[in-house]
Amino acid sequence: MKQLNLRQKLRVKEETRNFYNGIFIDLGELVIFTGNVVRQLFQPPFEHRELVKQGFLLGNKSFALVVVTGFIMGLVLTMQMNPILSDFGAQTLLPGVIAVSMVRELGPVITGLICAGKISSGIGAEIAAMRVTEQIDAMEVSGTRPLSYVVASRVMATTIVVPVLVIFADAFSLLGAFLAVNIFEDTSTTLFMNRAFSMLGFIDLFPATLKTVLFGFFIGLIGSYKGYTAGRGTESVGLSANSAVVASSLTIFVIDLIFVLITSIL
Amino acid sequence: MDREKVIEIEKLYKSFREKHILQGIDLILHRGENLGIVGKSGIGKSVLTKCIVRLIEPDAGSIRVLGTDVVSCDGEELNELRKKVGYLFQGGALYDSMSVRENLLFPVRRTQFVDRKHEPEELIERSLRSVGLLDAIDKMPSELSGGMKKRIALARTLILKPQIILYDEPTTGLDAVTSGEISELIQQIREEYQTAAIIITHDMKCARIATDTIRIMKEGIFVREGTYDELSQSQEKEIRDYFI
Repeated sequence: MKQLNLRQKLRVKEETRNFYNGIFIDLGELVIFTGNVVRQLFQPPFEHRELVKQGFLLGNKSFALVVVTGFIMGLVLTMQMNPILSDFGAQTLLPGVIAVSMVRELGPVITGLICAGKISSGIGAEIAAMRVTEQIDAMEVSGTRPLSYVVASRVMATTIVVPVLVIFADAFSLLGAFLAVNIFEDTSTTLFMNRAFSMLGFIDLFPATLKTVLFGFFIGLIGSYKGYTAGRGTESVGLSANSAVVASSLTIFVIDLIFVLITSIL
Repeated sequence: MDREKVIEIEKLYKSFREKHILQGIDLILHRGENLGIVGKSGIGKSVLTKCIVRLIEPDAGSIRVLGTDVVSCDGEELNELRKKVGYLFQGGALYDSMSVRENLLFPVRRTQFVDRKHEPEELIERSLRSVGLLDAIDKMPSELSGGMKKRIALARTLILKPQIILYDEPTTGLDAVTSGEISELIQQIREEYQTAAIIITHDMKCARIATDTIRIMKEGIFVREGTYDELSQSQEKEIRDYFI
């Protein structure tokens, strides 16, 4: 292996240090950005129309993908679990197991990841393009507070829309599971639903819902942050979209881990 | 009688890493004055105007705009000040998801701008009439030519009735006829709205038509000041070269 000379070693060390410093600087800036955005959420004028518009656009954009994914997840999960549960003679538990796994874990996380890929990157790219074409600057210099109009409305929209999408994903996954169960045996809708919901409790629903609200908040926030702090060149649009997906996806896993740890303690 | 100073800049410095862009700029702009700034590309003309509205934070020096210390004022004060200072960006910076009407209505609505004499719709029509583009009111920015975009951006700037307008290369990328029209428009706006202006330009026709005095910027400072006629007939070839 080729040995690095001292200058190269120093450069690698410097770059590594810059990389780690960069992460902490990014985190610090994100905290300040979050504070500013949260403050804007309570400052008039409130952009109800923009909130509804963004909510509709963002939800509409991901709806088809989310429900199809949910449906397939339910279908596949049921088909794979049915033989395993049959071996133990526990087939009747199948709807409940699917419901719990989808509502508690898979529905929120899979929907969160889809939204990170579609919504967060979209927001990142859109705001970065506004930054590159000086539209954000134009808003700032006219005293129109772009953080409130552009960012707060999108963050609010994703915070509302992502939990709704998760509900649809869960519902369609149960539909997929119902169809898959009916491949193996005749089960009525009522019986399937009774079995599915009999295993769901408050401890499953509450953390899962709270988790999806946080997913939505951070998907909007990280996308907006990456776009808002984009550089001036056109390449920064792609970079913002890309880094928004990576950071949002990681954040989803971290939030999920924290929730799992808390609920397992409770 | 001395005219009121609307912008006062003293010893302004700005660097980006090791590149020293502004190196002790001093500038005074009086009410009703149109000041042109010329100089080579990349020497910091736009950085200077962006520092005036604190889109870029200066490293050192003082900037007073309409009596407010721009460098030390807080967010609310800065917001209030910015409403009184219009900024025309090189590319127009129209909000591309909004129609022309919405582009003009946006700052009025967001800043809760109140004009006792006119309703917002009247303000929009008046501003569009000032730039001669009332017909474009329902168009989207993507349907407009470069010159139209600049005019609409100017109308958007005018709608808040600014006391100062900063023009960042208002005629760049436009044909000679449209450039001439925009330059005339800048003069008309001064008369109609009683504004003071800083006009950054490479277009000497624009400098001749739209400015009262011109400053030449070189290596982060102003090296000459004078009227178009004085500078274009300077004894120094280097100065005359800017006006060819």
